[in-house]
Amino acid sequence: MAATEQDFLDNPLGKNPTLEDVLDGFEFLDDWEDRYAFIIDLGKQLPAFPDEARIEENYVHGCQSQVWLISHYDEASDKLYLLIDSDAMIVRGLAAMILVALNGKSPRDLLATDIDELFERLDLFRHISPTRGNGLRAMVGKIRDIAATAETR
Amino acid sequence: MNDLSMANTATRKAFDVQAIREDFPILSQQVNGKPLVYLDNGASAQKPSAVLDAMDRYYREMHSNVHRGAHTLGDRATTAFEGARETVRSFLNASSTREIIWTKGTTEAINLVANGLAPRLKAGDEILVSHMEHHANIVPWQMVAERTGAKVIPVQITPEGELDAESFSSLLSDRTRVLAITHVSNVLGTINPVADMVKQARARGIITLLDGAQAVPHFQPDVQALDCDFYVFSSHKLFGPTGIGVLYGKAALLEAMPPYQGGGEMIERVSFERTTWNVLPYKFEAGTPAIAEAVGLGAAIEYLSGFDRGAMEAAENALLERANQLIETVPGMTVIGTAKNKVPVMSFKIEGLHPSDIGTLLDQQGIAIRTGHHCAMPLMDFYGVPGTARASFAFYNTLDEVDQLFAALKKVQRLFA
Ligand SMILES: Cc1ncc(COP(=O)(O)O)c(C=O)c1O
Repeated sequence: MAATEQDFLDNPLGKNPTLEDVLDGFEFLDDWEDRYAFIIDLGKQLPAFPDEARIEENYVHGCQSQVWLISHYDEASDKLYLLIDSDAMIVRGLAAMILVALNGKSPRDLLATDIDELFERLDLFRHISPTRGNGLRAMVGKIRDIAATAETR
Repeated sequence: MNDLSMANTATRKAFDVQAIREDFPILSQQVNGKPLVYLDNGASAQKPSAVLDAMDRYYREMHSNVHRGAHTLGDRATTAFEGARETVRSFLNASSTREIIWTKGTTEAINLVANGLAPRLKAGDEILVSHMEHHANIVPWQMVAERTGAKVIPVQITPEGELDAESFSSLLSDRTRVLAITHVSNVLGTINPVADMVKQARARGIITLLDGAQAVPHFQPDVQALDCDFYVFSSHKLFGPTGIGVLYGKAALLEAMPPYQGGGEMIERVSFERTTWNVLPYKFEAGTPAIAEAVGLGAAIEYLSGFDRGAMEAAENALLERANQLIETVPGMTVIGTAKNKVPVMSFKIEGLHPSDIGTLLDQQGIAIRTGHHCAMPLMDFYGVPGTARASFAFYNTLDEVDQLFAALKKVQRLFA
């Protein structure tokens, strides 16, 4: 079954929870176990990803695990919707974190979001290896490319 | 026993792991607020002070270019550099230092041999490798095969991770020109029966190369007893510096092979009419070599020869045995590679957990392991996994560290529950 528009609209991340919810929840946790438990939990909220979208074209290179990303741009409302999947739980959690920050925004708003600042606030990079950091950057890079293309349409 | 280990018998220290750990300054640090537990020795091993000091002293007291011979420092550097070559010769029990070529590491050594053998290969010839090779012992052969029309054929393995003897015998044929096999698997830890395989291959006139990268950190090979044509390894996995490795080759074959790279040092005479090659081993050592690194590798081997290697092997086996006993305490954990004869390397998977999740959460607890495909994708395909988690032990690891690994794995599991 291919991804329908509804699949994209059904992705709650960004609306529920919102970025504020996540920041509030995360910032109170001070030991690594609670932080990772939080990230893993968030990953469990990623909506199902259509099997047939797991193809080379949607593959995000530069991650240690397998990551796929698809998007849907709704011109009428000028909103960009995203779905991400990975076979690694922590990556799913980080992907969910990214979606909370970027999903369902206009391409212009998305491009104006400083995701690095968000990660810094979450103190995420201190807790993840540089290779994992590169994977995160690869995901964000791909999303920004998609937004830039949508914006010029 | 070779000369070097004999000479050191008298000075051998008893095996005391706590004292040994003092020799490795990097091991005493904290990582993520926890004492470092370094179990990624298969990727690269840590260096004893003896190596750090030897390299430091080399630069402070004797550095100059080698083999130029015009002044005292040059002589000192050359003596240290060639002394290291003699140390390696003795370590491998090669018959002459002419047979010891410095390379950047295992990878370059295999590329050198593959290129050197290319003129002997033609369409239809076969190069036998195995399903458990590191990419370094697959890709250089594929590149040469591409050029020559030869084929690279893998020997099959069993589910336990041993080479399939039947597959090996059935693949040996009149078309086989080269047998290139790993002595020890970097993923499975399997010690392959290479002496017997070399014997079978040699009976058919097949050229043999053994990849010793994962063998030498655990035991000392004897290239004359193995009777292989080539034996290769990297210094950095043998507690020495990065950037240097060794190609042992039988002199007759090395003589017959063309040089690998052209430049200074490897020539006897250069003119625009005719350039002639230097003698072995220099013919294969174009350019200024990694002198301090060679000295460092020599120091690593000398450091190791100060111990009773039998006691070291026993201590390593005890680590593996402890790990094997603890496996059943982690529900859903499966070890990949259960050969009867193996070095202390444990590749594993845990049901429901991605290797990279395991690696990340162990790192949080100060424990360094490797996760991923370990540069052995055909082997990952064989086991149908995207990658594994791998703990690889060295003689400086302790039983307590093995216990910590398993306690940490249980914690990881709880986090995902
Ligand atoms: C069996 C084996 N062969 C070859 C190599 C390549 O060694 P290097 O990267 O030092 O050249 C490795 C390193 O992981 C190895 O484990």
